[in-house]
Amino acid sequence: MSSEPIIEVSDLRKIYRAGDVDVYALRGVDLTVQRGDFLTVIGPSGSGKSTLFHILGGLMKPTSGIVKIAGQDIMRLSDAQRTNLRKVTVGFVFQKYNLLPILSAEENITIARTIAGLPQRPPAEFKRVLEVLGISHRMHHKPRALSGGEQQRVAIARALVNQPEILLADEPTGNLDTENSAIVLKLLRQLNEEFRQTVLMITHNPEAASFGHRTVTMRDGRISESLD
Amino acid sequence: MINKLVIANLMHRPIRSLLGIVAIGVVVCMMLTLVGLSRGMLQGAAERAGGVGADVVLRPPGTSLLSLSSAPLNQRMTEFLVTQEGVRLAVGQVVFPIGGIDTITGIPYKEFSELSGGFTFRSGGPMQSPDDILVDEYYARQRKIKIGDTLTLINHEWKVSGIIASGKLARLVVSMDRLQELTGNEGKISQVFLRTEPGTDIQALIARLKEKLPGYPIYSMEEVVSFFSVENVPGLDAFINVIIGISALVGFLVVFLSMYTAVLERTREIGILKSLGASPTLILRIILRESVLLSLCGAAAGIALSFATRWIIQTLVPASLTQVLVPDWWAIGAVVALVGALLGTLYPAWRAASQDPIEALSYE
Ligand SMILES: Nc1ncnc2c1ncn2[C@@H]1O[C@H](COP(=O)(O)OP(=O)(O)O)[C@@H](O)[C@H]1O
Ligand SMILES: [Mg+2]
Repeated sequence: MSSEPIIEVSDLRKIYRAGDVDVYALRGVDLTVQRGDFLTVIGPSGSGKSTLFHILGGLMKPTSGIVKIAGQDIMRLSDAQRTNLRKVTVGFVFQKYNLLPILSAEENITIARTIAGLPQRPPAEFKRVLEVLGISHRMHHKPRALSGGEQQRVAIARALVNQPEILLADEPTGNLDTENSAIVLKLLRQLNEEFRQTVLMITHNPEAASFGHRTVTMRDGRISESLD
Repeated sequence: MINKLVIANLMHRPIRSLLGIVAIGVVVCMMLTLVGLSRGMLQGAAERAGGVGADVVLRPPGTSLLSLSSAPLNQRMTEFLVTQEGVRLAVGQVVFPIGGIDTITGIPYKEFSELSGGFTFRSGGPMQSPDDILVDEYYARQRKIKIGDTLTLINHEWKVSGIIASGKLARLVVSMDRLQELTGNEGKISQVFLRTEPGTDIQALIARLKEKLPGYPIYSMEEVVSFFSVENVPGLDAFINVIIGISALVGFLVVFLSMYTAVLERTREIGILKSLGASPTLILRIILRESVLLSLCGAAAGIALSFATRWIIQTLVPASLTQVLVPDWWAIGAVVALVGALLGTLYPAWRAASQDPIEALSYE
């Protein structure tokens, strides 16, 4: 593993203002992730896992703390720069797949390239990613014609099509049955091993967590323990 | 790819897109039909005036070319005019309004034929008695009139003796004497047509006549024909502007509603695009492109519809209304639709662009 960490977080705090009430979602998170790592995050619902990922993915601004993604300090980025981070530096996979229902699987993937201002045609190596994901033959179908597992694999392909440095997956198997969960988890591991793709995954299933190299647990807005 | 998304969005809700297009089409069509009607009616009037074969027209003092006066001129005026140098023929005419924009015109048949070269008969022939009437082909078609039919106009029964080609003088032509009697205008006429001797300088003649007859509006036929234009009809311009305004407003409301619901419905999709790194500008562009497409399709539909209204008018009421095609207004119609649409999109598009991606993604 290279010496320069791809993610460095220290004393990260996030306070949501919900009406008159302040919700302390993150209360001082410290986290370091190396390039090529496969980190899983577990923890009870409401412990701040998604909030952490949204900040790492440039979808949301932290309240305070230091967040460095691939050498960039998130706190100092403008809105436009955070948008750019989403385009190429990180790829996001959600529990609910979040595919555009009106576009085919292929179009759902290429639109990520269009948005990033890249040529519509993915790089040659991406073919291999599609093979690993096993969806090459389903590319012309609309999401509703695909199974949940297939939709999630299309979503993973979309997250990877711009060759991001980091793949963030927020409960990617949360909507899948055991069989499809196993397929998706194995795929994430294979992508990590074969392409040295850095992967961060949230799950609340300890068995799923064991697919990573390393697991951290979140509780009450803090990372409470770290197992190797 | 963005265009594909825009089209996919429109295709995804075909009924809503179609309704939007039709609604915009109807207002654009309304605009084109109105302008086409204004022009068509005026052109028809100009054509009929021009078809008379006169060189100069004299009207009663205090009237304009477009006012429908009954018959304030003394009939003896024709006798005076025909004695003037350069004037070969002077033929009086009585025009009497019979409700709406319809009029009935009385002429001395023999003199008028000499002036105009006579009517072209589609069927039947000249009046045989003072109670005969000539109707033009459009009027006959619209009212399904045949030779020998009886028409009751101004409380009088007229017998149709001839159906004449349209484009000369008027749609309903009767004997001037009888019309004067019936309307209590004995010895009075509405206007006088003059035919000049060959080679006469018409402007000079008009100048001379004006000197002798101060206060009388006297026009060359060219002036009369060119006078029948939208700008010269009081209020017509303003009326058309009001219609344009209403069209733009309706276009605005249609697109506003359509895009507002589209944006709400697509909150989640917009969140997805943003999570992939779509900037607010890109979201704005997608929404704007969609409404531009919607309004251009609507404008095209409106132009197509204006052909349909023209056909319907020609088939059903050719005598009352004439609609011409106004290709020079197609672009104006499209621009009005576009402006309305863009204004209607601004707020929904701004809403879409400024949505928070996380909130949008959790929207059900
Ligand atoms: N937009 C928001 N406004 C207010 N509170 C929020 C918002 N999003 C999350 N929270 C709160 O922040 C805490 C952490 O939420 P989250 O990061 O979603 O946790 P997890 O993903 O671990 O379930 C929870 O208490 C949640 O209710
Ligand atoms: Mg969560």
